[in-house]
Amino acid sequence: MSDRIREKLNILADAAKYDVSCSSSGGTRKNDNKGIGDSHTSGICHTYTEDGRCVSLLKILLTNHCIYDCLFCVSRKSNDIKRAAFTVDEVVDLTMNFYRRNYIEGLFLSSGIFKNADFTMERLLLVCKKLRLEQRYNGYIHLKTIPGASDELIKEAGLYADRMSINLEMPTEAGLKLLAPEKSHADVIKPLGFVQQNIVQFAEDKKLIKHVPKFVPAGQSTQMVIGATPESDKDIMYTANAFYKNFSLKRVYYSGYVPISNDSRMPILGTQPPLLRENRLYQTDWLMRFYGFKVQEILNDANPNLDVDIDPKLSWAIRNMQHFPVDINKADYKMILRIPGIGVMSAKKIVQARKFGRLRIDQLKKIGVAYNRAKHFITCADSPYQIKDYQGTQIKAFIMADSQSKYLKTDNNQLILF
Amino acid sequence: MIYLFDGSLTGLLTAVFEWFERKPGHTQLQLTEIFQPDAFTESFEVITNEEKADRVWKGLQKKLKKDWQRTFYCSYLSEIPEAYNHLFQFAIYIFKSEIGAAANYGNDHVIALSKYAKSVEREKHRMEAFIRFQKTGDGLFYTSIDPEFNVLPLISNHFKNRYADQQWIIYDLKRKYGLYYDLNAVEEVTIDFSDGAKSSNPSPALMDEKEELYAILWKDYFKSANIVARKNTKLHLQHVPKRYWKYLTEKQLA
Repeated sequence: MSDRIREKLNILADAAKYDVSCSSSGGTRKNDNKGIGDSHTSGICHTYTEDGRCVSLLKILLTNHCIYDCLFCVSRKSNDIKRAAFTVDEVVDLTMNFYRRNYIEGLFLSSGIFKNADFTMERLLLVCKKLRLEQRYNGYIHLKTIPGASDELIKEAGLYADRMSINLEMPTEAGLKLLAPEKSHADVIKPLGFVQQNIVQFAEDKKLIKHVPKFVPAGQSTQMVIGATPESDKDIMYTANAFYKNFSLKRVYYSGYVPISNDSRMPILGTQPPLLRENRLYQTDWLMRFYGFKVQEILNDANPNLDVDIDPKLSWAIRNMQHFPVDINKADYKMILRIPGIGVMSAKKIVQARKFGRLRIDQLKKIGVAYNRAKHFITCADSPYQIKDYQGTQIKAFIMADSQSKYLKTDNNQLILF
Repeated sequence: MIYLFDGSLTGLLTAVFEWFERKPGHTQLQLTEIFQPDAFTESFEVITNEEKADRVWKGLQKKLKKDWQRTFYCSYLSEIPEAYNHLFQFAIYIFKSEIGAAANYGNDHVIALSKYAKSVEREKHRMEAFIRFQKTGDGLFYTSIDPEFNVLPLISNHFKNRYADQQWIIYDLKRKYGLYYDLNAVEEVTIDFSDGAKSSNPSPALMDEKEELYAILWKDYFKSANIVARKNTKLHLQHVPKRYWKYLTEKQLA
């Protein structure tokens, strides 16, 4: 008995791990029924795998049987792998027992498509209902919306899940058609839009009626695979930007493609996943969401790809030296946020602290500013007088000379000869 | 001038009261038990007094927003001797200034407190993340910890709200007290481990019969969720420093 459940868990966790989302944030469920579970608004990472990724949720597929044959997916029909399927009760039992021991924040449930979309969605829904209604479970549930499932099922699932997501898979329609001819972005857009409409509708009702049930309180997310098809960073981020705008997504995830097949249309087995590129895309994503940058400022026809050797914020700054140096003691918050070496926390502290007197270099350092980086772009109360006006490229050289990229040692995009 | 106090929060707040009574000029606050007298500095022993402390705390509540009250309390829980002095200086600075003075990140004590509080909050968050309960035969969920800072008072509510329908104990081995939740309320407990009972890992004989199975399943899951091609040991260690491994079921050898 225990051997069988172990085998199932190994197969179905292994198949689910390429879905990178493990966030448990944004949950608002409170334990008000003396049951079990209480959301933590910012989410909690309970452990980290050896690849350094957070483990917050029990992330599994209900089954890896699938009627589709998408080239980028390990569970594709034509792949010769072990197949397994959990029963609804097995998933409930695992979730509850892991949760009670404080192993996890909740459940991330996805599935291969068996029989058809509705049949699959019904089983996912059943797991959620059992957890919420029978086990009085208020922990986090991230549920995959199955494209093609009926509106009724999706809407009902939204009443029990905290977050729902559907993956775009490839950043462009052309890329998707190349690797998964049976699928299209339209299949994703329709249910994303449907859930989004309902989120808005429930929020409207809530203004008028006191007791409106929660509907996907932690919002929706999606994921794109990076580096399997030849899109530019601009293609990727413009798509992400459009989805953030049109569907109010909470997150877009970028997943560096880990080769899983020898098909000639994709990078061959053994190719290193593009970890550095993935990191740069996330940095851009953060600049868009928290730093007030427009995607067009970072990526455009003149700069369709992100710099590999420096981060996108620094890259923007040295292309736009006309905005610098910025006077820390006068500039508005938005401009301070744009200075390389100053993050959101430091920017907020600066704006508060300068009311008490002009800030000096030593104070900025204590506040947490990466001064060696920021010094090229700021003036403060005791900035040394600078005669020479440096070019962006010179500043880049200075910064690169006294900083060491954490990727240098592991960067396998570089050819190592010996 | 040096003020000496007993290490309690009440003592610390009393010291602030005494300072304003006497206004002795620049004063350091130190712990009585580690105080080394020298020939040139005068010292004064603060007698802890509930009433005086209470007045000071009420005063601070008027001067500080909720987040700074918490920063103050968290810094105290760090139990770092220098932190006590910064708290003392910070309180004096706050009382001498207009409301809103805590936002002055150019001030050394403000910055010091926000750093201590950050460390304590991080440890608190790590305990919420890394604690692993083991279920005993009588249905009690048990764990022992030895956190760097005294975070039990900070995590109590989190676990109470989350595990409202199960009994649990979180025991701080370093500070020799724990929290016990009996399905109604959380209370402080002390356990006598002297009769040979091993505190950190209770004997398997006392465990629920399925405890081992779930531990194995969790370890399996932890292995399966890893993507070997993305191995990044440095990042892994940054997120889960080695000193926490002893808590983690998934980090124990089979």
